[in-house]
Amino acid sequence: MISGAEIMVKCLEQEGVSLTFGYPGAAICPFYDKLYQSEIRHILVREEQNAAHMASGYARSCGKPGVCIATSGPGATNLITGLATAYMDSIPMVAITGQVNSELLGRDVFQEADITGACESFTKHSYLVKSASDLPRIFKEAFYIASTGRPGPVLIDVPFDIQKQEVETFVYPEKANIIGYKPRTQGHPLQIKRALEAMAEAKRPIICCGGGVVLAGARREMIALAERTGIPVVSTMMGLGVIPMDSDRYLGMIGSHGHKNANRAMHDADLILLCGARVGDRAIAAPEQVAEKATIIHIDIDPAEIGKNMTAHIPIVGDIRQVLGTLAEKARTCAPKEWVESVLQYKADYLPRGEESETCVEPRSFIRKLSSMMKDDAIVVADVGQNQIWAANNFNVKEGRFLTSGGLGTMGYSLPAAIGAKLAKPRRQVVSICGDGAFQMCMCELGTLRQNDVNVKIIIMENQRLGMVREVQDNLYGKRHAATILDQGSPDFVMLAQAYGIETARAETNAQANELARKMLASNKPFVLVCRVDPDLPTI
Amino acid sequence: MKYTLSVLVENQPGVLSKVSGLFSRRGFNIDSLAVGITEDPSISRMTIVVNGDEYILEQVEKQLNKVIPVIKVKTLDETGAFISSELSLIKISCSAKQRSEVMNIAELMQAKIVDVSLTSLTLQIADTQENTETLISLVKPYGIKEIVRTGMVAIEKGADITKKHNA
Repeated sequence: MISGAEIMVKCLEQEGVSLTFGYPGAAICPFYDKLYQSEIRHILVREEQNAAHMASGYARSCGKPGVCIATSGPGATNLITGLATAYMDSIPMVAITGQVNSELLGRDVFQEADITGACESFTKHSYLVKSASDLPRIFKEAFYIASTGRPGPVLIDVPFDIQKQEVETFVYPEKANIIGYKPRTQGHPLQIKRALEAMAEAKRPIICCGGGVVLAGARREMIALAERTGIPVVSTMMGLGVIPMDSDRYLGMIGSHGHKNANRAMHDADLILLCGARVGDRAIAAPEQVAEKATIIHIDIDPAEIGKNMTAHIPIVGDIRQVLGTLAEKARTCAPKEWVESVLQYKADYLPRGEESETCVEPRSFIRKLSSMMKDDAIVVADVGQNQIWAANNFNVKEGRFLTSGGLGTMGYSLPAAIGAKLAKPRRQVVSICGDGAFQMCMCELGTLRQNDVNVKIIIMENQRLGMVREVQDNLYGKRHAATILDQGSPDFVMLAQAYGIETARAETNAQANELARKMLASNKPFVLVCRVDPDLPTI
Repeated sequence: MKYTLSVLVENQPGVLSKVSGLFSRRGFNIDSLAVGITEDPSISRMTIVVNGDEYILEQVEKQLNKVIPVIKVKTLDETGAFISSELSLIKISCSAKQRSEVMNIAELMQAKIVDVSLTSLTLQIADTQENTETLISLVKPYGIKEIVRTGMVAIEKGADITKKHNA
């Protein structure tokens, strides 16, 4: 005989899971007890939302679904923001929650929450397990759904008695067979032909690289297509780092906080090859105006994204890697020289903003300096707020990764996601760039960092403001700083890091920050670098 | 514009809330929704009448297809002719003197009298929404006490069916 809890652990083993993130509670104890006796490593977080963010950072760095665990009731509800963050950015994840005894469901007993109901719009799919014998099928399906098609989080809610229930044997299904779930991966040949023709005819073509390219692991194919055709490339925030930012053909990030030259190239283009981008409002504010002037080729694995926010003249539903591979193979050089020269001229005309300061740390110039000191394959995790845009526009991603909560914009994402990323890629440098607002949403995870000695570098841009909202208030609300001033409420972050036994330092000028960053990167321990930033600095 | 969708779903708990929740969350308007099992007991059919434009219809179809237990979505209006019917129970105020008049209306509209009391009468009609509306307008002068409607179900004309798999 074998218990439901043991089956759950065996399912994780069958899926090749070696690392999990979570926080226990009474309703998930049978599972934790079996997990403890297995080879699977578990990272105890300090708050459940961060378990989901860590699983997200892990999944994005190694491409496998991240696994996070929480107990019933508040443990499960704390996960929700993490799941919603992963859902918006299409991150493969399996979340396991404990639930009260199945015969007590619906009676509002201690620590009961209808988590499958609450997560309906934040998960790709969810299960409330009714029998231990269903567990192998459900786990197989959950991992399959999370990691195929357009990836996303899947929730498995397991009542306490189901974890204890004994069944005869454990047989793990070889494959998931879900009648209503057959993601299309092959792009339609006719549409691909039409796309190639449109590309050949275009006078002012541009490639817009979105997060889907990263998720599909299509970096090589994207670079090959850009090289083969000579078409200049712009990126959304989620697509940052696919094309090395120092490459000739790369124009920068589009959108309300993007590079002017990238936006201008999008504006002037007569053909846009939109790859794995969902045309979010922050990336393209007026999609129909763009679509009126240019032929839009939209490639996405999710048919629902095509035509949702922007008209697509040539839609291609399929796996980006496969479609880009075919396009790269069949395309000819097609970017007219005058066009390429003109967009590269825009780029040359653009001068990076922000100069080193002697009275505080100027963040944009510091991030440029920091990125020059880091290895080519470094992973940078930006939080949300001004720090996100400073990092996105100034960190030079070459062979590494740029991770951030692009869709939901969840403050406090960067530290836990960086921990997950470092555990997935222990040999790579991982740095979290956050503001003092975001950091205070997740600073309890310094405990997790210390306990597991995860070599993540944290840079806190301390300006005593919720800077991005402060800027909005300056521009639109008569400079009335309603609830955006952190003055005197924040701890001394250096003392805080010291209290956790984490190496730390404070920089008051760019020169100091550069020097301390060198020291920080030389250390093989986690490090908190606090940078004092001028509270009135703009985002762009 | 009204669109009628025939949706095959896995017959399992939670599917109805997944589908209906999708409509409310994304701001799509449902006119009616009827669910019942099919010739295969593991599969249910939902007949959904949606009010909106072509953009809404396209999004509804695509978003429904993303729901994992949804097997097949077919918009019947696009495929041409279909038969639709809705079951309604209409309780009206009706004295003994008025009864024969109401019976005439019922006969005319092919409605059935399923219950009668000294002061009321209940009609049952299984017909298109249009004919149901006509019956309601005809009996309205007597005083409608209560109406219970199932929502529309629909099936394609001829030999075509909404299959589990794409042909």
